[in-house]
Amino acid sequence: MSVAMNEGSAPGAAAVRDETPLRRFISDFCESKIAIAGVLGVLLIAIIAIFAPWLSPTNPYDLATVDIMDSRLSPGKQMMSGVTAFLGTDGMGRDMLSAMFYGLRISLGVGVASGFVALCIGVCVGLAAAYFGGRVDMLIMRVVDLQLSFPAILIALILLATLGKGVDKIVIALIVVQWAYFARTVRATAMVERHKEYIEAATCLALSHRRIVFRHLLPNCLPPLIVVGTVQVASAIALEATLSFLGIGLPVTEPSLGLLISNGFEYMLSGKYWISIYPGLALLFTIVSINLVGDRLRDVLNPRLQR
Amino acid sequence: MSVFIIRRLLQSIVVIWVMSLLVFGGVYLIGDPIDMLINPEADQEDIEAAIRALGLDKPIHEQYWYFLANALKGDLGKSFIFSEPALQLILARAPATMELAIVASLMSIMLGIPLGMWAGLKPDSIAGKSIMTGSILGFSLPSFWVGILFIMLFAVMLGVLPAGGRGPTTEFLGLQVSFLSAKGLSHILLPAVNLALFKLSLVIRLSRAGTQEVIHQDYIKFARAKGLSERRIILVHVLKNILIPVVTVIGLEFGSVIAFAVVTETVFAWPGMGKLIIESIDQLDRPVIVAYLMIIVFMFIVINLLVDILYSILDPRVRLQDIRA
Repeated sequence: MSVAMNEGSAPGAAAVRDETPLRRFISDFCESKIAIAGVLGVLLIAIIAIFAPWLSPTNPYDLATVDIMDSRLSPGKQMMSGVTAFLGTDGMGRDMLSAMFYGLRISLGVGVASGFVALCIGVCVGLAAAYFGGRVDMLIMRVVDLQLSFPAILIALILLATLGKGVDKIVIALIVVQWAYFARTVRATAMVERHKEYIEAATCLALSHRRIVFRHLLPNCLPPLIVVGTVQVASAIALEATLSFLGIGLPVTEPSLGLLISNGFEYMLSGKYWISIYPGLALLFTIVSINLVGDRLRDVLNPRLQR
Repeated sequence: MSVFIIRRLLQSIVVIWVMSLLVFGGVYLIGDPIDMLINPEADQEDIEAAIRALGLDKPIHEQYWYFLANALKGDLGKSFIFSEPALQLILARAPATMELAIVASLMSIMLGIPLGMWAGLKPDSIAGKSIMTGSILGFSLPSFWVGILFIMLFAVMLGVLPAGGRGPTTEFLGLQVSFLSAKGLSHILLPAVNLALFKLSLVIRLSRAGTQEVIHQDYIKFARAKGLSERRIILVHVLKNILIPVVTVIGLEFGSVIAFAVVTETVFAWPGMGKLIIESIDQLDRPVIVAYLMIIVFMFIVINLLVDILYSILDPRVRLQDIRA
């Protein structure tokens, strides 16, 4: 990233001597209070997701401690084990708060993992298209354009209908849906960077293709990739929740937030709102936090808005 | 022009062919076709008869030809659950989905353009700001959860609207539709608003951007100089000029409205194609799944093709670019 930040360095008004690009980036980013809130939100989610087993009051998937007598308790009631269920319990008698912590872990894990793999695939394909050009470029971009002409949910539906349920299947589906966005972004940036002098210089030094592409071209394509990556993780989490809600995503043994909402949906009509509403709020909080960070990154990393 | 259309037509045929390979591969090769295509409740004799009838004892490439030949004849198999031809089953559900999608699209235009124009004319007012905040929410809220909130609010807590189903339908041009009776309207209102929400946000953004661009043009200044009333300037001169891009985008997005109807239909138990496919996946009704996938891909390719042709008529640059490529 530091390479990219050097590129568009403008003479800032407050010219501090020891200002590094990273420090400048951070101070730019923190100018927006709402973006700081987003970062805090993302940190909170990440901490909950990583430390879910230690943070949650009960283990919702330990059959020995889950009591069916506790089922559908409203928020704030005490469970048989003496623990207070602050957000109520679900149809099986599991504490909602604990179930949500574990669900967040699964949702975030699936979103980040699929986003990362899609990023790697998209970057390689996009860079290949931009660097080699010609036939390779045309073929790759045809496939990308074709795929982007179908809505993501339809492609995921087609894949899951033929592949079936499962964590691996949904990760595959999310990767297939997302790689094209990364490929298109990285190609567009790399097409511009490719004609700059430093690439010419690197070519004159007779460096290998691999070295030019990954050591010189890729670092300069990073800023837009970071933005797209953030937004894609949020949309992957939303898509996974939607698919799980439809019952074609994760299996019941891996209850993500979407599946928790889906489970609560059947109790909705009898007025037991908490089973479905709280996981929904958690999902909303996650998506909005990530999107706030993404929006701010877009503003800060956009060279056209460089102050 | 005709070169462009022929080229796109050939491309579309290739895409449909690739799709048929994918669906065939998915259903016949990854899974066990005997498991997937033959009713699990059949006895041994029936199973063997069905294997022969479906040609599953033949080599793969011959099986593929069999599948392709049948599909071209419009025979995509029979549903296990309903024992009706899968194609008919899906087409019978299509009007419900179409009605929902059309009502939602119209709704997003009718509401989105005035709201977007308001936000564009008064960007710093409280109303303008809250419209834009609302449109950001419309983009980031997962639509199935909004649907659930709607049901909770309007059906469970307030009890003013039905929670799901299509209600009574009226015959209109040979099709059964909901929007002609008051009862039917009350059933379609929530699902249509839910489905429209995302597109509504899109239309708001487009018309806001359009309004802000148009309002500084010379012809608006001229209209003001002529002494036209502000109302006439906004309703005639501004509206007309932002209408074209907005309507184009909504046309382009119609396909994705149909795709998203899967979610809305499941939440509101709306008896359309989307609910059928989710039920079929749940009950492993493979022929219906295969038929749905082929139909929806076909539909998308037709929509994309029409949009591309329309675009090339409206914007000659697209056409030239493709011929050069």
